[in-house]
Amino acid sequence: MAFDKMELKDIEVWDGNYAAAQAMRQCQIDVVAAYPITPSTPIVEGYGNMKANNYIEGEFVMVESEHAAMSGCIGAAAAGGRVATATSSQGFALMVETLYQASGMRLPIVLNVVNRALAAPLNVNGDHADMYLGRDSGWIQLDAYCPQDAYDLNFIAFKVSEDHGVRLPCMVHQDGFMTSHTAQGVHTLSDDVAYGFVGEYKPMNDMLDFEHPVTHGVQTEEDWHFEHKARQHNDLMTKVMPKVQAAFDDFEKLSGRKYNIVESYDMDDADVAVVCMGTSVETAREVAGEMREKGIKAGVVGLRVIRPFPFFEIGEALKGAKAIATLDRSSPNGAPGMLFNEIAGALYNTEDRGLLSGFVYGLGGRDLTKKHLVEIYTQLQANVDAGKVTTPLQQFIGVRGPKLQFL
Amino acid sequence: MATRGWDEFEIGAMLRTFDGKIDDIAGTNQEDRAYSQSSSFSASVADWRIEKPVFNKDFCIDCQFCWIYCPDMSIIARDKKMIGIDMDHCKGCAICVEVCPTNPKSLLMFPEQADEEVELAKWPTKEKKEK
Repeated sequence: MAFDKMELKDIEVWDGNYAAAQAMRQCQIDVVAAYPITPSTPIVEGYGNMKANNYIEGEFVMVESEHAAMSGCIGAAAAGGRVATATSSQGFALMVETLYQASGMRLPIVLNVVNRALAAPLNVNGDHADMYLGRDSGWIQLDAYCPQDAYDLNFIAFKVSEDHGVRLPCMVHQDGFMTSHTAQGVHTLSDDVAYGFVGEYKPMNDMLDFEHPVTHGVQTEEDWHFEHKARQHNDLMTKVMPKVQAAFDDFEKLSGRKYNIVESYDMDDADVAVVCMGTSVETAREVAGEMREKGIKAGVVGLRVIRPFPFFEIGEALKGAKAIATLDRSSPNGAPGMLFNEIAGALYNTEDRGLLSGFVYGLGGRDLTKKHLVEIYTQLQANVDAGKVTTPLQQFIGVRGPKLQFL
Repeated sequence: MATRGWDEFEIGAMLRTFDGKIDDIAGTNQEDRAYSQSSSFSASVADWRIEKPVFNKDFCIDCQFCWIYCPDMSIIARDKKMIGIDMDHCKGCAICVEVCPTNPKSLLMFPEQADEEVELAKWPTKEKKEK
């Protein structure tokens, strides 16, 4: 069945959701199995609209839950198709059981996760609770800071995930509402150029290869399970980053847009640094510039790749920073926080490591304001001046009530 | 316990039914197929069974009911004739006995250790319908 190509302007005004839907269309996906949930609904809604208007040839399967959506994606990927879907929050949580199936079965699936808080209390707004929930699931996780990133990273995701040396599913994260529903100018690729970048899908161990019958989803017990998990971890640790870097390099040649495994802004001579993800990176960059006008050498580090964790790259990015703040947008619920822990681990054995303090912010869509960031940078400078962390290691910012700090 | 290391097998929770390429598998009898070691056909599950079916060909009418209903494809039929039971894969569920329509039945369940010759020699006779 023939399908129509879409004429795009060089710059289109798209929100993050529509940018992701357009990227999915351009990748010529074979199967999308999806269930709607705020704030990711417009991705599959937009995609379904394009399908209805004959811009998409692949199958669009409406299912009864997110568990079924990811299960459908797993079946289609095992059969040998290019597959993607989208979800958020509670839907993501319902998918978790199948996320581990997808990665363990080594099936390349692209999942757009529009980050949203996890209930209870029920909340439809953005934080990183769902993103954090997925971090041990064996998926690759890429993080978009704006609609442009959400568009571009979908192409990167297909390219890396489907590589026969990788064969691991990939999430593309964007912040609920702040990215997903905020329209910005997005530089586009033409349909041919975009499809040329991801290339035709090359099946591997597919069930529709009748001359080489395979059974997918087998059981292993104590004599095999450990080896399978070790293999998967090995490939995440050693094979993914070089492919991500190669895809970033190829994409830069194609589009002129440069992505890095760890994004550094004003870090060359920075004394104080904030590490964060999502839309907060752009706010922090603005404040860092303002702090520099006041004489504080401020910088920002953003994670572009969350899993596999860029252990050495983040150590390199933070080299020379004397005081570092990690900003976790998910309640650690009894621990210091993912970014704090991971970065502490990455820095601990490095020379001249900076002073590290952690912040929990923005839960359930609470704004991270420039004022908050000024406070953080000011505290970091005070730590530098004192030569030690002058506050408890974990502080909550932007929450009402008495100052909340621990450790 | 397996001996292969984590780097010595194909990725994924995936097993191949055959080593290498296959051709005309539908036209090849099971015993002539090159099943891989990882195929479940290569593994015996006979020890799951506590009762076994015994086949008495004297009463069989080759209706193929047992072949159709067996959930483990353990009824061996060739040219639409029942020739025996795959005792490596039969789990003793007795569905074949249940669906056997002959009088007396051509398949009956016996304890795993029962001697087939002995049981065949004292097979039940035709039951008279009560008026």
